[in-house]
Amino acid sequence: MITQSVTLTINGQPFTAQVEPRLLLVHFLREVAGLTGTHIGCDTTSCGACTVLVNGVPAKSCTMFAVQVDGAEIRTVEGLEQNGELHPVQEGFFQEHGLQCGFCTPGMMMTAVALLGQNPDPSEDEIRRAISGNLCRCTGYVNIVKSIQYAGRKMRTAQTQPVPAAASAEGGQP
Amino acid sequence: MIPPPFEYVVPRSLPEAIAVLQDRGPDAKVLAGGQSLIPLMKLRLASPAILVDLQKIPGLSTLEERDGALVIGAMARESAAESSPIVRQRYPGLAEASSVIADPLVRNFATLGGNLAHADPANDHPAMMLAMRAQVVAEGPNGRRQMSIDNFLVDTFETALAPDEVLVEIRVPRPHERTGSAYAKLERKVGDYAIAAVGVQITLVGDTFTSAGIGLTNVGPKAIRASAAESYLVGKRMDDAVLREAARLAAEAAQPTSDLRGPADYKRNVVRTLTGRALRSAVERAQTGAMQ
Repeated sequence: MITQSVTLTINGQPFTAQVEPRLLLVHFLREVAGLTGTHIGCDTTSCGACTVLVNGVPAKSCTMFAVQVDGAEIRTVEGLEQNGELHPVQEGFFQEHGLQCGFCTPGMMMTAVALLGQNPDPSEDEIRRAISGNLCRCTGYVNIVKSIQYAGRKMRTAQTQPVPAAASAEGGQP
Repeated sequence: MIPPPFEYVVPRSLPEAIAVLQDRGPDAKVLAGGQSLIPLMKLRLASPAILVDLQKIPGLSTLEERDGALVIGAMARESAAESSPIVRQRYPGLAEASSVIADPLVRNFATLGGNLAHADPANDHPAMMLAMRAQVVAEGPNGRRQMSIDNFLVDTFETALAPDEVLVEIRVPRPHERTGSAYAKLERKVGDYAIAAVGVQITLVGDTFTSAGIGLTNVGPKAIRASAAESYLVGKRMDDAVLREAARLAAEAAQPTSDLRGPADYKRNVVRTLTGRALRSAVERAQTGAMQ
């Protein structure tokens, strides 16, 4: 069995392992690094449950080999919470009931984090297009969109308290 | 799903990559974005003994106008093409084709070079490249050669690339003034292949078509050039009857088969309708000179 050394920075922590070239990134994360927050859904590049950020770019981790991303910065759902505080996107999914069974949620949230990083105030249409590679079999898209909008408002106003739905960007101005 | 074991190399230069391909021949497969190849490997429909990853070869992600052409490096990502101002402005059909491939996550890694080299008749770029009369540049042990997209696309999953050649770049001739392009695709849902799709590029002088390119997606063993519709348009004055006749001729060029995406007759009608829509959109862009 031929193995190669792969070093990733996962949620800020360097992690090195000897792996077969055929090992998929999602298996590296779940089985080698022990981070099971990233889910395997369809395993056929359709559902997006396995979405992680590769150097900040959302990717389906079932459709890349770990050796391809040697040296990359990987961010998974485990890396969203900082110092015991939920990421605004996590808070949004909590406040707006953005999950039912929760299976698609880690991938959905990673896509949302990338979207809001690029576009802090996306329209509903832009949100729906951005998550079009992430499938929710509970079909809870309405609340998922609301959750991402909540996170966008929260990140724009940079408040630490929950933002009421009615508050707009002006609400946080001093 | 786990692919069979394989070796993996990341050459730092094209000659290095070509040397591996020469040595390993048909056992080797070039890896670009991996968004078609890796699913095939997971299903064990492809089981190359060695993958040659192009990602560390400098200069392959080019996406810029140079020497009268849009030069698209083999590793340029779909997400780069769909958001590039120059592509959206002057090659809007290309930006449209990129923006309807698979889903946004796949497009972050999928490459235009891979889309062509994979030669799936359901892929979107081959038809758009036919419409834009693109050239494909390949490099092998004896240097570079350039071929038309028509000659590059041989058959289903088959291109003119030799086993020891790498697709290096795609060159789309810079369009004349008053040229417009568009890509119209009907798909059941995001991420599915086209039921049918049509790429067009036309040039107008006054109200008269002076050039026309029309390519059809997923209605034959490979992307199809609708030659009769193209030659019909050239020299005609733009009006509804002319567009309708061109659309009818494009539908005649289609060779659809009945499958889970619909019966052949239906797909032929879809080609007719989409050709009409793409032509109207391209004409409007030729007249106003912008994508939106």
